Amino acid sequence: MIAEDFKYDAPVSLADAFALLHQYGDDAKILAGGHSLIPMMKLRFASPTHLIDINNIPGLSYIKEEDGFLKIGAMTKEVDLEESEIIKNKYQIFTDASKLIADPQVRNFGTIGGNIAHGDAANDHPAVMMALGAEVEIAGQDGSRTVSINDFFHGFYTTAIQHGEILTEIRIPAASGRFGTAYHKAERKVGDYATAGVAAVVRLDDNDVCTKAGIGLTNVNMVPMRAERSEEALVGSMLGEADIAKAAQYASEDCNPSTDLRGDIDYKRHLVSVITKRMLNRAIQRAI
Amino acid sequence: MKSITLKINGKEHSAEVSPRTLLVHLIRENFSMTGTHIGCDTSSCGACTILINGRSAKSCTILAVQADGKEIITVEGLATAEGLHPIQEGFHLNHALHCGFCTAGVMLRAVELLEKNPNPTEEEIRWGISGNLCRCTGYNNIVKAIQWASAKMQGKELPSTEPVFV
Repeated sequence: MIAEDFKYDAPVSLADAFALLHQYGDDAKILAGGHSLIPMMKLRFASPTHLIDINNIPGLSYIKEEDGFLKIGAMTKEVDLEESEIIKNKYQIFTDASKLIADPQVRNFGTIGGNIAHGDAANDHPAVMMALGAEVEIAGQDGSRTVSINDFFHGFYTTAIQHGEILTEIRIPAASGRFGTAYHKAERKVGDYATAGVAAVVRLDDNDVCTKAGIGLTNVNMVPMRAERSEEALVGSMLGEADIAKAAQYASEDCNPSTDLRGDIDYKRHLVSVITKRMLNRAIQRAI
Repeated sequence: MKSITLKINGKEHSAEVSPRTLLVHLIRENFSMTGTHIGCDTSSCGACTILINGRSAKSCTILAVQADGKEIITVEGLATAEGLHPIQEGFHLNHALHCGFCTAGVMLRAVELLEKNPNPTEEEIRWGISGNLCRCTGYNNIVKAIQWASAKMQGKELPSTEPVFV
């Protein structure tokens, strides 16, 4: 399959990329890893007139802890998250998620920024980001702005990124104290989108009381969603079996899955409940 | 049209390509190296897997223009004057293919896998080739072939290549 014809540029600085975006207007698209966009172009679901490849712009790929945040450059590839020691030791949720995203060859190219900026509720990083309480840096010709992940996803493939802007960095409050994270999705086979997926994050104080909880859900809502009622049920609790069961129940009630080849609505709600329980337990284990 | 220059199996090649030309088409049609196959054409099956700067990649999902300045290895570049690559030898001796359509892609993926993890467990091998579909072998002999190549490349005692009936 061949995409519709387009013009291609590979700028070597963000300033050049912004200039090209302004020059070409609304029909220009950013090419990051390309493993969502190129298949869509081949199927002609997307036909941008210009592709602006940002792979040759230096300085957009890094994983570092700084100023109380874990900072991840938008062009960091999934494979780099998978292999990073900081991630393996302190932010296992990314190890969980990266391993389940597509397959090894795709992870060699797919980027975390692309996974988020694509705005697809079926992608895995959005739910992870919501559970972690992330914020993203969006840069444009007139400087950059910070957007909370809670305000980032606007609708089907639409996000807070305006035309002429590029997502450059993802920031997550740094791990400290008793902090545990976990992600899992049910998938029919390697490389499939989630039938349902759950990201769980907990923070505990010295008395085993939950001081912070984050639950993000994959592919069971039009946009990536936070299970806020579940989070509220967990904060202040001792994360006992009953508290976890309540959080799982709320998540399964509050999501809005649709019936498709992966399963019907009841089945998906059931999965959300089961995976929420498992991921909370795993996050708690990791927090100790 | 864009002018690109890239190295394929150590040899420099140039071409004038339309931006929408896929890398797999460039390799097969412009340079007549047909060892890289097109299976699903939707980045699912892995038959088009090649190495780009050492990283395994699905060449049906990468534009030819993105490969400008890169070093590419295809199945044609695995063997040397001295003989087959240990991965190829492993596939040969362990009967790790039937129809052979997926083989080039699986072998190139295995090359990167063993580069990063010279002594993988069976689970790591199976997980490592999860982006390559084979409809003939049931994967068992492919796993054996990669284990064999792993032993050979580390100078370890070679495992038996006798067939195992399960």
